[in-house]
Amino acid sequence: MGQPKIDTSPVVSDEVRKTTCYMCACRCGINVHMKDGKVAYIEGNRDHPVNRGVLCAKGSAGIMQHNAPSRLRAPLKRVGPRGSGEFEEISWDEALELAVSWMKPLRETAPEKLAFFTGRDQSQSFTSFWAQNFGTPNYAAHGGFCSVNMAAAGIYTMGGAFWEFGQPDWERSKLFMIFGVAEDHDSNPIKMGIGRLKERGARVIGVNPIRTGYNAVADDWVGITPGTDGLFILALVHELLKAGKIDLDYLARYTNAPVLVNCDPSSAEHGLFLRDADGKQLVMDRITGKPAPFDQPGVKPDLRHGLRKAGVTHKPVMHFLAERYLDPQYAPEAVAERCGVKAAKIRTLAAEIARVAFEETIEIDQPWTDFRGERHEKMIGRPVSFHAMRGISAHSNGFQTCRALHVLQILLGSVEAPGGFRFKPPYPKPVEAHPTPHGSAKPGSPLDGPHLGFPRGPDDLLLKEDGSPTRIDKAFTWDNPMSAHGLMHMVISNAHAGDPYKIDTLFLYMANMAWNSSMNTSGVMKMLTDTDENGEYVIPRIIYSDAYSSEMVAYADLILPDTTYLERHDCISLLDRPICEADAAADAIRWPVVEPDRDVRGFQSVLCDLGARMGMPGFVNEDGSAKYADYADYIVNHQRKPGIGPLAGWRMGENGLTHGRGAPNEGQLDNYIANGGFFVSHIPDEAQYYKPWNMAYQNWAVEMGIFDAAAPYLFQLYVEPMRRFQLAAEGHGKRQPPEHLRERIKTTLDPLPIWYPPFEDGHVDPVEYPIHALTQRPMAMYHSWGTQNAWLRQIHGRNPLYLPTKLMRQHGFADGDWARVISAHGEITVPVMEMAALNENTVWTWNAIGKRKGAWALKEDAPEATKGFLLNHLIHELLPPKGDGLRWANSDPVTGQAAWFDLRVKIEKSAPPEASQPSYGTIKSPVGQGPDELTWKVGK
Amino acid sequence: MTQLPETTERKLGLVIDLDTCVGCHACVVACKGWNTENYGAPLSDQDPYGTPSGTFLNRVHSYEITPKEGTAKLVHFPKSCLHCDDAPCVTVCPTGASYKRVEDGIVLVNEDHCIGCGLCAWACPYGAREMDAAEGVMKKCTLCVDRIYNENLPEEDREPACVRTCPAGARHFGDLGDPDSDVSQLVAERGGMDLMPEQGTKPVNKYLPPRPKDVLDEVDILAPLLATPETAEHRNLSGFLGWLDRTLEKI
Amino acid sequence: MHPAPSIILFTSLSGLGFGLLFFLGLGYPQPTGWVGFVFFLIAYFLAAGGLLLSTFHLGHPERAWRAMSQWQSSWLSREGVCAVAALVVMGLYALGLVFFDSAWQPLGWIGALLSLATVGTTSMIYGQLKTVPRWNMLPLTPALFLSLSLAGGALLAGQVTWATGLLVLAALVQVAWWVLGDKALVSSGSDLASATGLGAIGDVRAFEPPHTGTNYLLSEMVHVVGRAHALKLRAIAFGLGFVLPVLFLLLPFNHLWGVLAVLAHVAGVLVSRWLFFAEAEHVVGIYYGKR
Ligand SMILES: Nc1nc2c(c(=O)[nH]1)N[C@H]1C(S)=C(S)[C@@H](COP(=O)(O)OP(=O)(O)OC[C@H]3O[C@@H](n4cnc5c(=O)[nH]c(N)nc54)[C@H](O)[C@@H]3O)O[C@H]1N2
Ligand SMILES: Nc1nc2c(c(=O)[nH]1)N[C@H]1C(S)=C(S)[C@@H](COP(=O)(O)OP(=O)(O)OC[C@H]3O[C@@H](n4cnc5c(=O)[nH]c(N)nc54)[C@H](O)[C@@H]3O)O[C@H]1N2
Ligand code: SF4
Ligand code: SF4
Ligand code: SF4
Ligand code: SF4
Ligand code: SF4
Ligand SMILES: [Mo]
Repeated sequence: MGQPKIDTSPVVSDEVRKTTCYMCACRCGINVHMKDGKVAYIEGNRDHPVNRGVLCAKGSAGIMQHNAPSRLRAPLKRVGPRGSGEFEEISWDEALELAVSWMKPLRETAPEKLAFFTGRDQSQSFTSFWAQNFGTPNYAAHGGFCSVNMAAAGIYTMGGAFWEFGQPDWERSKLFMIFGVAEDHDSNPIKMGIGRLKERGARVIGVNPIRTGYNAVADDWVGITPGTDGLFILALVHELLKAGKIDLDYLARYTNAPVLVNCDPSSAEHGLFLRDADGKQLVMDRITGKPAPFDQPGVKPDLRHGLRKAGVTHKPVMHFLAERYLDPQYAPEAVAERCGVKAAKIRTLAAEIARVAFEETIEIDQPWTDFRGERHEKMIGRPVSFHAMRGISAHSNGFQTCRALHVLQILLGSVEAPGGFRFKPPYPKPVEAHPTPHGSAKPGSPLDGPHLGFPRGPDDLLLKEDGSPTRIDKAFTWDNPMSAHGLMHMVISNAHAGDPYKIDTLFLYMANMAWNSSMNTSGVMKMLTDTDENGEYVIPRIIYSDAYSSEMVAYADLILPDTTYLERHDCISLLDRPICEADAAADAIRWPVVEPDRDVRGFQSVLCDLGARMGMPGFVNEDGSAKYADYADYIVNHQRKPGIGPLAGWRMGENGLTHGRGAPNEGQLDNYIANGGFFVSHIPDEAQYYKPWNMAYQNWAVEMGIFDAAAPYLFQLYVEPMRRFQLAAEGHGKRQPPEHLRERIKTTLDPLPIWYPPFEDGHVDPVEYPIHALTQRPMAMYHSWGTQNAWLRQIHGRNPLYLPTKLMRQHGFADGDWARVISAHGEITVPVMEMAALNENTVWTWNAIGKRKGAWALKEDAPEATKGFLLNHLIHELLPPKGDGLRWANSDPVTGQAAWFDLRVKIEKSAPPEASQPSYGTIKSPVGQGPDELTWKVGK
Repeated sequence: MTQLPETTERKLGLVIDLDTCVGCHACVVACKGWNTENYGAPLSDQDPYGTPSGTFLNRVHSYEITPKEGTAKLVHFPKSCLHCDDAPCVTVCPTGASYKRVEDGIVLVNEDHCIGCGLCAWACPYGAREMDAAEGVMKKCTLCVDRIYNENLPEEDREPACVRTCPAGARHFGDLGDPDSDVSQLVAERGGMDLMPEQGTKPVNKYLPPRPKDVLDEVDILAPLLATPETAEHRNLSGFLGWLDRTLEKI
Repeated sequence: MHPAPSIILFTSLSGLGFGLLFFLGLGYPQPTGWVGFVFFLIAYFLAAGGLLLSTFHLGHPERAWRAMSQWQSSWLSREGVCAVAALVVMGLYALGLVFFDSAWQPLGWIGALLSLATVGTTSMIYGQLKTVPRWNMLPLTPALFLSLSLAGGALLAGQVTWATGLLVLAALVQVAWWVLGDKALVSSGSDLASATGLGAIGDVRAFEPPHTGTNYLLSEMVHVVGRAHALKLRAIAFGLGFVLPVLFLLLPFNHLWGVLAVLAHVAGVLVSRWLFFAEAEHVVGIYYGKR
């Protein structure tokens, strides 16, 4: 008997439709294989700049997401009490009319009574445009609870941070150090990058209390104690300064190390930069020995010499920097115990960084010209690169820690140098190129400017006459002056408390606020259902757009059901958070590769409709008719500025199609579809590195419409806007902080990076609560929404709490035992497992696996609801009372970033409960439950 | 065709790099997706929205390793059929449904002949075969036999789904029978190993062991580079500024 | 391994059945007519019934006939072939006894050999599996199956002396099998170090499983019986399977004792067979950090 003949060349599909993945914010290109008009198989698009063909687990499982039984089917109106999950399906007309009847009167009388927060939004330039047109000051997406520390520290320091702002030079780096990352938004690119480094035998160093994923493959692991990275990084800086292993030439040319600072303690300018009449920062010129504007052609900035002018001493920033970090308090011995890293190890790491940076230098024969007009024959690389994310960002000292890391990168001369860190267009973009925040609301008219921005000093705070906050989330106030992304995690609790004022309608999009995206989840559920003395809900109206039957759905009064990502238009725009790579500008679209089979509509199209129904200026024509038929129409025809629209590719130039600047092109979406759903434009070779100072880059960016005029700038080792807030706290200026915040502002808004212990340490007794508790994102699961995915939930269907070996022994635990985990705020009872490769004072679990019974079309016995759990119950948006009569926010004092990872707990053994605790009643599913068996196959 | 071929013309298989695998499960799901839609019956899932159990052809374990001294390590460990040369799963099969292809050594199940007795899964030491509960036939990794020769796919896509998708590049596909192939070279360079060699299955797939880790811990400090003469000098600001002066001269 | 009732019943019953056929084939006893019919009915009920039962756990019983095709390499196939051959040959032999009152003895001898071979092939299905070290004890596992089958067969065939001797022999084999079996996994050389190849770095421990949901491998091959529990069951199996039957046989002969001996023995064999599966550890469990 011969071996059977099999068909090794079966037809793969009828057609391939190329669009963009939405299982996470990485936004990879996907090939959707279609059979009989149905989605058959999804793979990565090899031509796509982000993922070059690869696809992560979530992306490949998109088909199960798209077909999930939890998909909402029609608009829903609440009929039972909030939180019950009892709804009736209504028509779109009824739903839209109802929404208009709630929101229109607000717009005409008190627009701030609408709070519009958009969660995991990938269309922020559009949603913020809508909110601006509505006129409410209360708009933000989820950045405030996510990683604003990282973003803001990067922008203020060097014009961009990690992830969407830039990336390591994967092809050239020889040493890569990664801090506090489990997965990141840059999901596939980091994996591809690490793969490339490994291929070349480059060294990867992971700094993380937990050794999984990237830290597992890291050649060296630093199992640091949570919240102490700032100290660790500054100890590296200390060592490098002491050994003189810093790039002086780079510092002198491209950073504010030579900029002169006022040293007169009695001056209202104390600590501010010396500037010329045009406001240009001054440096001492080594050739003339005289002060000169930093960008004057031919100037050679001096790091050494200061200037005495009008009786006031001015010293270069370099002096302050050296003075601060040479101090023995930053010596490895001084920080070792606190960081949980041996002094010898810190020194070895510093030496290795120095060795690679200064002895394995790369030179590329590529001439370029800098902003002072000087031509350089070569591009010199310091092949040490860094990456960091929420592990350092999501602490109350995160802003300063992120700053410290950037300062380290800059001292090595490795930013925008070959082998180091590279920006992705539209970055680098200094603070000056960003707006300041806007918040003045006038009934019936749009807001005076964009909501979110980067304050340069106290004048930019959003405070009313009486000093009270303009915004419901208290962003841009003395509590957190540089809260560049708003504070979504404070909206519900502030609205519930009526502090700073009451609102009427809470309008949410794509954020599971009644579950995993809130701190203090149980408390939030209460706030959402709380009633006043008249029996009315304290937060009167809640409108929510979700695509699935999430926990949050049950808490809204009106549900606007969204499509899945394969059923709608979307736009990943250069105006927003594009998909660029370090060597190219790129943007992309999503388009309906299949039509919805339910009565659902793309949320952005719904916003266009609502905007028109309410007569909002950006959404109606002069005759009052709707300006945009739907979001696709907006994507093509909207112009921010003449010639600049949401998409940069295939615009209409004078002589036909062009890229970058140009008039709308009716066929633009077809052009994108024909090109695989994206547009990419490569940066010329001469412009590839040194972008902030490279005139070839600056000119290319202007041509692309990324900026209007070339704007080279210096990296800010010393951040002057922070000093302005400090000055106010010292008593200078008209706008003064409240007394209780003065001291905190003085210490935490230091213009040079500092380290202070995480705030929770100061509010919670570290002896009683000695253990740090963290979460990590599982690579194969996206927050709460991966759970409805039949394939992914088999991989992560429950989550144990991982305990280090020491704690397992100490408490006599065996794998599978149950523990009560107690914080100053609450307690949970959960199963435990042992892990040896873990910081010995840290416990952790996977994020957002635990689910509420009844949500996501799961059965009641789903392990997510019986064995899974959330750590969020232990984390409060406010710190425990300290006896000073105040409730301090559990946020970074600079940016308001939610300090998820400051959490401290204690642990006790517990008898196994029936299900992990706390557990709540079942919510009624508006979509029923999933089937008993899946044998999914589209083609036959 | 239960007897194993004496030799196969090629030995196609995978080489998995344990130094690089980040444990992302991308290969697991790409495999599930491709094989649900392609070769044979779909990979079914039972109680997919309750307490699920499902058929997967590739799964990623993770192991923690504690050395005698030093820090513990973690290794992510993908595992699918190793397409063994001496495949016990083939010889036990009573129906001939399990066979090893003569031309490339791929071990396959002919689902039309499989009676679902499960004996082959018992015979496999690696847990590489799973009985599909809905279809009642044995499923296993096909090495994407319907991709690697597929003329409907562009040349560059004629590789297994799991290899194509792996973001870290930890999976390599090729002919391990050809000592000059890229995969054979990798195996030779990196000391590729067999799993459970004592089982005598002679796996075709090889695993590249993780490179030595945490070697910086062993470097003798004080690190030579930071012990340059200057170190002593600028322990304080004035020393540092003096050094600045001198160094700037040279720039 | 998962102790599937259909497989336990099949191997136990068919073992008894073929054991009985063995003795019938040899002519001990050589019943004719109605008595012969009943004897053969019981033997066929046990042997063929067990065989039939075994198809219950197949995914595709309708294709079961294909299972005979790979006799050159597959013990399962050989079992099928032997079983059918044994049943056919013994069927002819029975025909002679029951209807023609004549013992076509060469057929009986061949049938007896085939019956024994069937049990042997059954045992080899398990015995050949390197992946289950407790089963992979050669020739102990075949010895266990054969001795049990013969002892049971002798009992059913009413061959008191043979039965007593064979029961003692089977008991010895059973004890040896248990004692050596307890060491089998360790001495197989398969452990996490060899399974992962990572042993040189340090102590390997399974961390996260590849999936929190369950799968075929776990439900089929990873079954954990408590040690104390297993010991108790071994005592029961031993008492029922060997001690009681021998005692009954040693008592002055009485049909009641005979029936009781058979019943005790069958019950004992069933318990032993449950343990045979339940205690067997498949090496795949090592990958899951389970045994
Ligand atoms: N303990 C702990 N908690 C955390 C974190 C942590 O590290 N630890 N991380 C925090 C961070 S950084 C974040 S970003 C948040 C994330 O938390 P969330 O923003 O709540 O993210 P998801 O759970 O993904 O939920 C978003 C909602 O969007 C819905 N959705 C999905 N697709 C669509 C769609 O196409 N259209 C619409 N309209 N809706 C859709 C989902 O159904 C879900 O209800 O969690 C925060 N919570
Ligand atoms: N697969 C998947 N990808 C995602 C998401 C998802 O849900 N799933 N979510 C997306 C979102 S919204 C975000 S914000 C990003 C976040 O991506 P990441 O920044 O990777 O966020 P986390 O998973 O919360 O991981 C935080 C890491 O920091 C470590 N850590 C905690 N405290 C400290 C500390 O003090 N020091 C150091 N060095 N490390 C510390 C933790 O151990 C953990 O490894 O991921 C995005 N990508
Ligand atoms: S990383 Fe994964 S989930 Fe995120 S966009 Fe890319 S493929 Fe999709
Ligand atoms: S896709 Fe690659 S990196 Fe991810 S688990 Fe599989 S082998 Fe490892
Ligand atoms: S890995 Fe298992 S299934 Fe694959 S050939 Fe080897 S023994 Fe057979
Ligand atoms: S399950 Fe199918 S492939 Fe496996 S041994 Fe039985 S018949 Fe052969
Ligand atoms: S080769 Fe194909 S069938 Fe085998 S594990 Fe990879 S994707 Fe799955
Ligand atoms: Mo986030």
